[in-house]
Amino acid sequence: MLAKEIERAGIPTAFVTALPTIATMIGANRIVRGPAITHPFGLEEAQRRRIVERALEMLETPVEAPTVWEVPA
Amino acid sequence: MRVVHYVNQFFAGLGSEEAAETPPTRIEGAVGPGRGLESAFADGDIVATLSCGDDYFGEHEQEALARLVELLEPEGADVLVCGPAFGSGRYGYACAQFSRIASERLGIPTLAAMHDENPGVAAAEGRVLIVPTAVNVAGMRDALPGMARLAEALVSGRELGPPAEEGYLPRGFRRNAFAEKPGAERAIDLLLGKLAGETSSEVASGFDRVQPPAPVEDLGDALVALVTEAGCVPQGNPDRLPSIRAQGWLRYPLLDEQRLAPERYESVHGGFDVSLANEDPNRLVPLDTVRELERAGRIGRVHDAFYTTTGNGTPVAAATRFGREIAGELRDAGVQAVLLSGT
Repeated sequence: MLAKEIERAGIPTAFVTALPTIATMIGANRIVRGPAITHPFGLEEAQRRRIVERALEMLETPVEAPTVWEVPA
Repeated sequence: MRVVHYVNQFFAGLGSEEAAETPPTRIEGAVGPGRGLESAFADGDIVATLSCGDDYFGEHEQEALARLVELLEPEGADVLVCGPAFGSGRYGYACAQFSRIASERLGIPTLAAMHDENPGVAAAEGRVLIVPTAVNVAGMRDALPGMARLAEALVSGRELGPPAEEGYLPRGFRRNAFAEKPGAERAIDLLLGKLAGETSSEVASGFDRVQPPAPVEDLGDALVALVTEAGCVPQGNPDRLPSIRAQGWLRYPLLDEQRLAPERYESVHGGFDVSLANEDPNRLVPLDTVRELERAGRIGRVHDAFYTTTGNGTPVAAATRFGREIAGELRDAGVQAVLLSGT
């Protein structure tokens, strides 16, 4: 819901979550799949960097509807 | 009547959040709430309890569903009963998906039980019979008889009546039926009932859609804010953010911090095992990485505060309000992009 309301205010928001299906259902638009519920931004710094980079790319990309991006392993 | 019951790791007695990664498993007979459910049946036995950790289900949905169906099939169940999950989002989601897939793949009647704002209800898309319950476990005693009654009705094979009569949530379709009274009389009855507060004619709205805003033109020049629903707060939780059903959100300054140090921050989220997050809070709010990218010029600047709440058991209306309020502050501060983490 936070993602939606912030985007409604016109600020692009990348939502990193391990439950992208629920995020899609609720209607978040820019979703990045995080590796686990307990650590959406990964355990190690290298992994975190990949997730954040992916989220930033998504913030630079036009989307039309709820879209889920995977993070390359 | 042979009943198979699905519960999460907690209600199966396998453990709390630390057991949330438990893969699907079978337990002989009834456990936990299954005992109460069994005693609510006029003539029914819970032959087996199936369980799966909430996190495992969320993270490996297809594998979990396939395995659960595989465990269910040989039981020769007359009905599968899932929950009650109350307001727990991950658990409710698992209940709804397992109910749906089990009835599609095995053709057996299924039902689930949860609070009407549980995301499982939306996930079911009207294809699962869902018994409404209270938002938390205090509603267990009220939930079980209704679940038992509906399970018995399904097994009897009779045609189900409307949701209000049978005690399940509307599935979003209408069925024609002959009424005894003419329309004018029924309209007046309905109006009187509404005035007397005995009936309601409002239908709750589903989730709306937001038009995605245009992407950020130049991140290298943009102000980026960090927001989280993962309950990340300063050590000791000085402002007492609740671990569940938060009533609000909090803002904490970041100033010159380069990372969220474990001796300074923790998560108080009550919906997942926070031990890995507390070892390194950057796993929830990636300040360390974002600072590196700020130095590298990939993003312009990190906003000087982060926003936090706990996104579990939060009613939709409350979460929407938090979002609006945070969005208002971010807009006023000139934030151009947000990295949000949820669990």
